Amino acid sequence: MSTFKIDITKDHCPMTFVKTKLELEKLNSGDTLEVLLSEGEPLDNVPKSAVEQGYKVISTAPVSGKTHLVVIEK
Amino acid sequence: MAATKKKLSIVSFSGDFDKVIAVFTLATGAAAVGYEVNLFFTFWGLNTIKLKKGRAPLGKGILDRVFNFLMGGFGNLPLSRLNFLGASPHLMTYMMKKNNVATLAELVQAAKDLKVNFYACEMAMLILGVKKEDLIPEVKEVLGVAKFLENSEGGEVLFI
Repeated sequence: MSTFKIDITKDHCPMTFVKTKLELEKLNSGDTLEVLLSEGEPLDNVPKSAVEQGYKVISTAPVSGKTHLVVIEK
Repeated sequence: MAATKKKLSIVSFSGDFDKVIAVFTLATGAAAVGYEVNLFFTFWGLNTIKLKKGRAPLGKGILDRVFNFLMGGFGNLPLSRLNFLGASPHLMTYMMKKNNVATLAELVQAAKDLKVNFYACEMAMLILGVKKEDLIPEVKEVLGVAKFLENSEGGEVLFI
């Protein structure tokens, strides 16, 4: 099982989704992806779309200021 | 996961820089959240997917060649308003980069990476004398209305 990481705090729609999706496609079953993202639209929708596509959101936690860490598992 | 995949089909008719940005923003956003995405390029929209990015006299007849030269390619897409002789798309790209927003070239690359389906309109290509080999290799097929309707059936359709 591997852990992948991506930082999309500086990105905006639609690249927040695009970069996350392209990283998620690299995952094998049991692998996790740690997504560093900003609150607002990315935090509201990136985890939701991962769940809709069959992935599991393990945790969502604030890191600092407006940045959050979302852990997604395949 | 949803039983049937959601689908978005976009007719890219306008070759305007800003409208093509709308096409690729929607296409990449939808593909990234799991939609099947079909892009159908017709008329001015064909300029976006020409292999040659600059002005090129494609076709055989004099009219084909003049029209294709004047229409240009991906590198000449004009802004629909305030184009200022082609300066505005460059300024707009600069502003997009400055604000960490994906540029049109980045969106097109993302669409290719996300395996968005690119299709070209047979009729518009015939009128303009454009051949499949004049288009980017990602163009999956050259289609007519019947096949477009078949591909887009059961999903959302937009005309931009």
